[in-house]
Amino acid sequence: MLRLEARAEPSQLMSYASPLLAIVLMLIGGLILFYALGKDPVEGFRIFFISPLSDIYGVSELFLKATPLMLVAIGLAVGFRANVWNIGAEGQYIMGGVAASAVALYFYEAEGPHILFLMVLAGSVGGMLWASVPAFLKTRFNTNEILVSLMLVYVAQLAVSWLVHGPMMDPDGFNFPQSRMFEESALLPMLVEGTRLNAAFLFALSALVVGYVFMYRSFFGFQMQVAGNARDAARYAGFSAKRMVWIGLLSGGGMAGIAGMSEVAGPMGQITEHVSNNYGFAGIIVAFVARLNPVGIFFASLLMALLYLGGEQAQQYMNLPSSISNVFQGMLLLFLLGSDVFINYRLAWKRG
Amino acid sequence: MDDPTEVKVGIPSDFIKFADNQLKLNGQLISYLESESGGYSVENIGKLGDRERNILFKNKAISTRWDSCSHKTKEGYLISILVELSAGVSSSEADRDDSVEQKPDEPDSSAPIKKPGGVASGAGSENEIRLELTGITKIYPAVIANEDVSLKVRRGEIHAVLGENGAGKSTLMKMIYGVTKPDAGEMKWQGETIRVENPAHARSLGIGMVFQHFSLFETLTVAENVALALPGNPDLKQLADQITEVSNKYGLPVDPQRLVHALSVGERQRVEIIRCLLQSPKLLIMDEPTSVLTPQAVRKLFDTLRQLADEGCSILYISHKLDEIQELCHVATVLRNGRVTGDCIPSQETPHSMASLMIGKDLPVCQHEAPAELGDVRLRLNGLTVESDDPFGTSLQNIDLEINSGEIFGIAGVSGNGQQELLYALSGEEPLKENEAIVICGKAAGKKMPDARRVLGMGFVPEERLGRGAVPQMSLAENALLTAHAGGMLNKGMIQVKVMNQFAKRCIDKFNVKCGGENSAANSLSGGNLQKFIMGREILQTPKLLVAAQPTWGVDVGAAAFIRQELIDLRNEGTAILVISEELEELFEISDRIAVIANGKLSPSKKLADTNIDEIGVWMSGMWPGAENSEGQANA
Repeated sequence: MLRLEARAEPSQLMSYASPLLAIVLMLIGGLILFYALGKDPVEGFRIFFISPLSDIYGVSELFLKATPLMLVAIGLAVGFRANVWNIGAEGQYIMGGVAASAVALYFYEAEGPHILFLMVLAGSVGGMLWASVPAFLKTRFNTNEILVSLMLVYVAQLAVSWLVHGPMMDPDGFNFPQSRMFEESALLPMLVEGTRLNAAFLFALSALVVGYVFMYRSFFGFQMQVAGNARDAARYAGFSAKRMVWIGLLSGGGMAGIAGMSEVAGPMGQITEHVSNNYGFAGIIVAFVARLNPVGIFFASLLMALLYLGGEQAQQYMNLPSSISNVFQGMLLLFLLGSDVFINYRLAWKRG
Repeated sequence: MDDPTEVKVGIPSDFIKFADNQLKLNGQLISYLESESGGYSVENIGKLGDRERNILFKNKAISTRWDSCSHKTKEGYLISILVELSAGVSSSEADRDDSVEQKPDEPDSSAPIKKPGGVASGAGSENEIRLELTGITKIYPAVIANEDVSLKVRRGEIHAVLGENGAGKSTLMKMIYGVTKPDAGEMKWQGETIRVENPAHARSLGIGMVFQHFSLFETLTVAENVALALPGNPDLKQLADQITEVSNKYGLPVDPQRLVHALSVGERQRVEIIRCLLQSPKLLIMDEPTSVLTPQAVRKLFDTLRQLADEGCSILYISHKLDEIQELCHVATVLRNGRVTGDCIPSQETPHSMASLMIGKDLPVCQHEAPAELGDVRLRLNGLTVESDDPFGTSLQNIDLEINSGEIFGIAGVSGNGQQELLYALSGEEPLKENEAIVICGKAAGKKMPDARRVLGMGFVPEERLGRGAVPQMSLAENALLTAHAGGMLNKGMIQVKVMNQFAKRCIDKFNVKCGGENSAANSLSGGNLQKFIMGREILQTPKLLVAAQPTWGVDVGAAAFIRQELIDLRNEGTAILVISEELEELFEISDRIAVIANGKLSPSKKLADTNIDEIGVWMSGMWPGAENSEGQANA
């Protein structure tokens, strides 16, 4: 019979192989799923994973979708490395979008580059403010940041819903719960003609580079790693635990907020109730699949973006419900956590 | 994958192979577990909560629980734990790997445990040889732990086993106690050749052992801890009475109802000793028992041991302290590098002759001249008072202290008398409310964090190395960065990897840290080597003030002398040094002034020349001139 036995020490190889294994298992799971739904698995695979990338436009969409994921994931990874568990990036993302939209709507019909600049600023500040609530409660009253940040997601969702039904609603919008379409001056410039890929992608790439330098080369990054590995050693060295919590949550919140801004000032061009598209939660999966590593985050974001695109294609051409994307995301996380067991354990064949 | 032996790694593979043969190996399994846990009985281990079990098995996370184990038999449970444990045994820990080694074809490996009753028990003459080892050899993959060791212990004899760290003393004792099996050699117990199958077997023969590293559950009381080591479910009330009785009889005061987490190291050791004495052993093995006791308590312990010996109990006394052995032991066997380098009668030897047997050369002595001119005041405590949050902690009361540049100030005391609290207050890990209570180099620092105190010129060596003084998973170079970052390792907040690596290399070279290089992880080093690295890291920064807790704890004799010499040299360069240690000999070797902490109060200080070990020993129980005796004795 097969059994698990503990390894002498965690396997380096497996910690990198496990995400790849999870991807393969997810693909196999997907094929089985298509088959069970009465679809041709090969055709399903083609539509889901190949056809979204068959032209330049498809690839640009991939980068577009990956942009907010990269932003969210790199911000979260900074905190996760110090064991600061910000699960509320979704809410911070929404509030970043709200704050950026407020700027855009305030400057409606105005011109000038300052508008976009202010929107980026507002987006990050909005996200950070939302993240500062769990940070404050954690450092002041030692509350659990997982719960507080998660609960604030639902507050943010209700808040944006109220805003687009009220103060931010388009006056000429026939009572639809959405804001005005932003003016040209409040939209991010396009990178490739004829696509929707915009300057936010560059933000994301630079965020990855900055994140890398911060995590692996800066003293702050080192301090956060110490705090994540050995609390007493961090205390002994005098690294402030409170500062770690603040940096961890604010970086996650700020990046999520910029991601929210990039969505309202990018493909959406307005704010609606559905500003988020689950990017805040998907970013958590991205960060873990990537082993909190910036290079990994780049690739994991692309993969996750492909799941979004594939899901849309599957809706269109295979008559599958939109939740198919979530199913794939869920499978990926499940298989990843499952595969991670093999970092510390191995399979052994045992007679009897 | 068909062959089960091929898929396993690590030393225990042999053992796993045997584990297939469950019944045969039942005894082996039990002994492995019991040895790993320091003598708890198997059923009780299974019933523990996760936290306790993790403490028990130190870093090894044992996830299999008795209730949730799929095999509801003892054997099944043992094997499932064992499979987990076996993978947790790292090859560097040669000490632990062995208990599972055994020659598979040995005919008596499955022989039933022999009852001691058949042997003439205690009826022998004065000269009866109770234990005789002949040609005992134990080879680990990397090192020969014991080679051809022979020794005889007579009835009522206190027999010293003397040797440096790593000389093979502990391995030898583990073989006698059934934790480990010898690869070759013969063991006779009261004249009969035996093979000790496991610690339970050893106990049934009448062999008891007090381990060097305690394994007590912090969340349980003393009585509960003792109960766990006994078979069955003893009545706790009755047991508490027994504990009190034994503790009074042998001068080992301890309250059976107290929780272990609130006990000092010294008190914990007493619990371990009592746990052994409750089983009225014929041979008691004591592994470095005095390191945490006051001189008076050591004398009391010696009285206890002599009393036991007079009653006919043999004692194997492991130590590297020559004076103790001279005072206490009838016979000594000296080990070096796993071999017997000599037998002697300690009372007829000089410390020098024994030292040369032990370390192969003369005992290194520190060059300790009188201090030069004292400089400015580097550390001043003004009525330092700290209320302990822990109900069993010690509150610091009104401590005044001044340490000048160019002197080493030693604070003696039995552990648990406020040292922890004082160290936390000094390091800044527990900042104070009163900023003026601590003045470092002329600046009030009571409210400052540890990093701010480093900026003022203070270096600090904590008692715990792994997890506090160093980050276990990180490399030595990164661990250098932990506190030495002020020395050019940072440039505008960015890490200068070259500078960092160079510093770590320098520290490794100068302090002779045995490791794979500056990139080895801290947890790959032995405790003594990591201690050298941490001491080196702090010393190399030439702080204006250095606070060191137990600077040579667990470091072998030669390296300890080196570290002490480094401290003295640092003092000569003008650093003010505060050493808090439980080793009086160490304090007397390096200090210029010495004081005692007892019950959270600090005694007046004395120049080294004006005092002696006896006086300080009396002070360690809280009774110095001017002390309020109404407060009672210290936690000695």
